[in-house]
Amino acid sequence: MKAPRTVSLTVNGEALSGEASPRMLFADFLRDVLGKTGTHVGCEHGVCGACTVIVDDVAVRSCLMFAVQAEGADVKTVEGLADGEELHPLQKLFSEHRALQCGYCTPGMLMTAIDLVESSDALSEQDIKVGMSAALCRCTGYEGIVKAVTAYAEQVHGKPVTRESDNG
Amino acid sequence: MKPPPLDILTPSSLAEALSMLTEYGDEARPLAGGQSLVPLLNFRLSRPAILIDLNKIADLAYIKDEGTHIAIGAMTRERAIEVSDLVRKETPLLQEATTQIAHLPIRSRGTIGGSLANADPAAEYPAVVLALECELVAQSVRGERRIKAAAFFEDILTTALEPDELLTEIIVPKIPDGSGSAFVEIARRHGDFALAGIAAQITFAKSAPTDVRLAVCGAGTTASRLTAAEEIIQRDGVGAEAIKAASDAAAVSVDPMSDLHASADYRRRLTAVMTAQAVEKAAQRAGVIS
Repeated sequence: MKAPRTVSLTVNGEALSGEASPRMLFADFLRDVLGKTGTHVGCEHGVCGACTVIVDDVAVRSCLMFAVQAEGADVKTVEGLADGEELHPLQKLFSEHRALQCGYCTPGMLMTAIDLVESSDALSEQDIKVGMSAALCRCTGYEGIVKAVTAYAEQVHGKPVTRESDNG
Repeated sequence: MKPPPLDILTPSSLAEALSMLTEYGDEARPLAGGQSLVPLLNFRLSRPAILIDLNKIADLAYIKDEGTHIAIGAMTRERAIEVSDLVRKETPLLQEATTQIAHLPIRSRGTIGGSLANADPAAEYPAVVLALECELVAQSVRGERRIKAAAFFEDILTTALEPDELLTEIIVPKIPDGSGSAFVEIARRHGDFALAGIAAQITFAKSAPTDVRLAVCGAGTTASRLTAAEEIIQRDGVGAEAIKAASDAAAVSVDPMSDLHASADYRRRLTAVMTAQAVEKAAQRAGVIS
């Protein structure tokens, strides 16, 4: 009954499969079975956002999914962002705006931001602050992260991100 | 911080899920979006031998226009409700409350049925279904029954569902013309559980309230209607004095818990403040006050 099962899925465009016991979390499957260690595990109860990956076009917490639930899924992880040595535009913006220090939260920040920006036609700065509150960073104080995601939203949407007055 | 040993069954139809639930009884728990259950498993606070994963039952996820009401399948993701034009138009209270649930990646997986069946006292949806006077459809191998929202939430994390029943559909009545709604809540940070939140749906005829529904979450063992406050608004309208009296009555009527996030007294005060804000906003949106 609890014997490992084969899970077949697509990760960053590549068809992969591996063995998982039913209790194995999807985050651990990505890291320990498929070797995709770019996805980080922080709190393991859905609060910190470090393990966020994109499953079937939406960002999800991979620590709140079981590996066997990913059967047949189309998954994107941080390893799929760069094109060889060429960083993804959002990764470049994270670097330019100093949106990371230790880097532990960064994979989850990137996947969270990509879903936030790409699932919308327009965002305000407040939308970005609220949206990025889905992931915790203990280094940067968020200023650089908000700037990087704002710049990315402007690239993707082709229009400025509206800012509220500072006392809002 | 990893789930205990367990098995996962993956029914592909509701009938199959219901027969599994009957067969395995207390050994098994249904797994909806998993955004509350999986943390409990990771902490080993819940140790079911078997999870019955409902995520592959495609015909439990839908939002349908049924004329007088909207029917929402229990496995509909919160994110789908948030972006539904039908929900936004016919029951904006449900849409506004959904945007305040946790964070986008949680709403990607979290489901309306899972949230209601979990019955967390601080969750948004229980207050919404109370204010909208929804009916909740429960199915088991024995058949189907409809449970009024007012009879569904029995205690903290406890509902009227029998162990062999699954919540399968939420019936949301469309709001009438001349009605305004608001969902307001206070949390330490956006996405945290509400310290107190209010769902308001108020219908007016010629500026006089004809149907006042106010429900609170986060201020007791279950979400509940604020009947004393409702009666004051119904009788005295939405002038500043009536709103003040109603919010005072709301604060007296709740019985909140103290925990490390807020004291009972603070939650009672928040209930008053949130009640006033929700009533004002709902009346503004109905075009009754500016």
